[in-house]
Amino acid sequence: MNAQAEMRQPAPGAVISVRGLSLKYGRGAAGVLALSNISFSMAEGEFIAVVGPSGCGKSTLLKILAGLLPQSEGDAELNGIPITGPRRDIGVVFQAPVLFPWRSVLGNVMLPVDVQGLDHDKMKQRALDLINLVGLNGFEQRYPRELSGGMQQRVGIVRALIHDPAILLMDEPFGALDAMTRESMNVELQRIWMERRKTVLFITHSTVEAVFLADRVIVLTPRPGKIGDEFSVDLPRPRKLSIMNTESFGTYVRRVRAALNPGGGGMD
Amino acid sequence: MSRGPVSFALRLLFIAALLAAWEWAVFYFQTPAYIVPAPSSIAYAMYNGIVTNLYVSHIGATISETLLGFVVGCALAFMLGTVVALSRTVEYYLYPIIIMFQAMPKVALVPLILVWFGLGLTSKVISAALVAFFPLMVNTIVGLHSADEDRVNLMRSLSATRWQIFRMLQLPNAMPYIFAGLEIAMIFALIGAIVAELISSERGLGMLMQSMSFTMDVAGQFSILFILSVLGLILNGLVTFVRRKVLFWDTSRDADANEQSSTKGEVF
Repeated sequence: MNAQAEMRQPAPGAVISVRGLSLKYGRGAAGVLALSNISFSMAEGEFIAVVGPSGCGKSTLLKILAGLLPQSEGDAELNGIPITGPRRDIGVVFQAPVLFPWRSVLGNVMLPVDVQGLDHDKMKQRALDLINLVGLNGFEQRYPRELSGGMQQRVGIVRALIHDPAILLMDEPFGALDAMTRESMNVELQRIWMERRKTVLFITHSTVEAVFLADRVIVLTPRPGKIGDEFSVDLPRPRKLSIMNTESFGTYVRRVRAALNPGGGGMD
Repeated sequence: MSRGPVSFALRLLFIAALLAAWEWAVFYFQTPAYIVPAPSSIAYAMYNGIVTNLYVSHIGATISETLLGFVVGCALAFMLGTVVALSRTVEYYLYPIIIMFQAMPKVALVPLILVWFGLGLTSKVISAALVAFFPLMVNTIVGLHSADEDRVNLMRSLSATRWQIFRMLQLPNAMPYIFAGLEIAMIFALIGAIVAELISSERGLGMLMQSMSFTMDVAGQFSILFILSVLGLILNGLVTFVRRKVLFWDTSRDADANEQSSTKGEVF
């Protein structure tokens, strides 16, 4: 470790840096390699989308960065400090909203405050502001079962923002929503991100969603999950849904698709 | 359930018809009263018991034994269930003993309890507690183990301590299971108390039943059976009432639409 320490200086300004990351489920020959030799870094305030098909290990990557799962090999660092467990400066949004049905909308948003023992009165105002930001004002005292899927997921996002983490890890947060709700959630997420300027790692299996949201797209190819392509998306912000019809947007989407299907894709 | 006043009237009519048929059969077949009494003689025995103030003190005794046994048994069951659910070591060592006890018909222990703790209140309370213990303990263990993995990961990602995960997630999550256990435990406590009274006692409805059996007062015994089922309904209603207050967020029992299976159909 010491001999290599100098070589492994993170890129300047990198919030997250990942080098040679591998993860193997199980031991020996029967073990399954889920992630193989992943390296990338994220600058402060950057929005990175990781796109890939089911089973390419993208959720595994997120779990490692969230400190929920130890990697088998390689380094994952947050502000130069190795990630060894969950960290308070990271907010996680999961695939499902993962709300607690016995807590109201406000109560769910305040969960991180309760867990981390933060100033309740001060944070309550912040929670109400954030609930307002995602258009859930008036629903503070409602319970999750009274909300639609899209509203529940917004509660999940606000909950991840409440303790003001510098980094937001999002694991296919809109995967369970219908296409139309999903698109409006994308616009909304972009707005929140532009207002709050978090460093975001956004995992998705939608190529369009990845290109629409991200500053940079990382394409993961499956079995074992490794980086197939990586490129910046130079489209002006704020992006509107109509940008999806432009030629340059289509070019980016085709590039993702090409990385995912090296043989051209399809049987015909 | 909600089928309108007409079917409710039909329901009452059906019960009245059954009673009339019973009355007629006893009269027609000249059945001796010490074998099967007519509903009218049961009602008369009931009336007699009420005006001579026969029941009150016995009902009081049975209720206090049942409630005390319920509280003691449930408190112990909750504590042991929690320890078993949270500690793999405790679970490993206690499991065979728990399984052994669970398979044993608990009422078979009542004669021994009477030998050890005498004919008074203590032995009845212990008997009620013993019978009430297992359903709640099993439900507590299952309930605490049932916390969704995503929710546990959410708590972990917030750097929650084990105690916080228990207090904020596992325990509220287990409440529907615990209340289901409490409802069974209440009825079981009544069984435990009655069995102990039947075997040997100075007071209580079981003892009254036994003494009526010696005098071949079958109508009286039927009147006690009726009192016992009303008692059971009230005690069960007590738990259901508290459950509705505490588990306002749990819709799985009202609509039978819990998260896993929303297509189980109508319960009623």
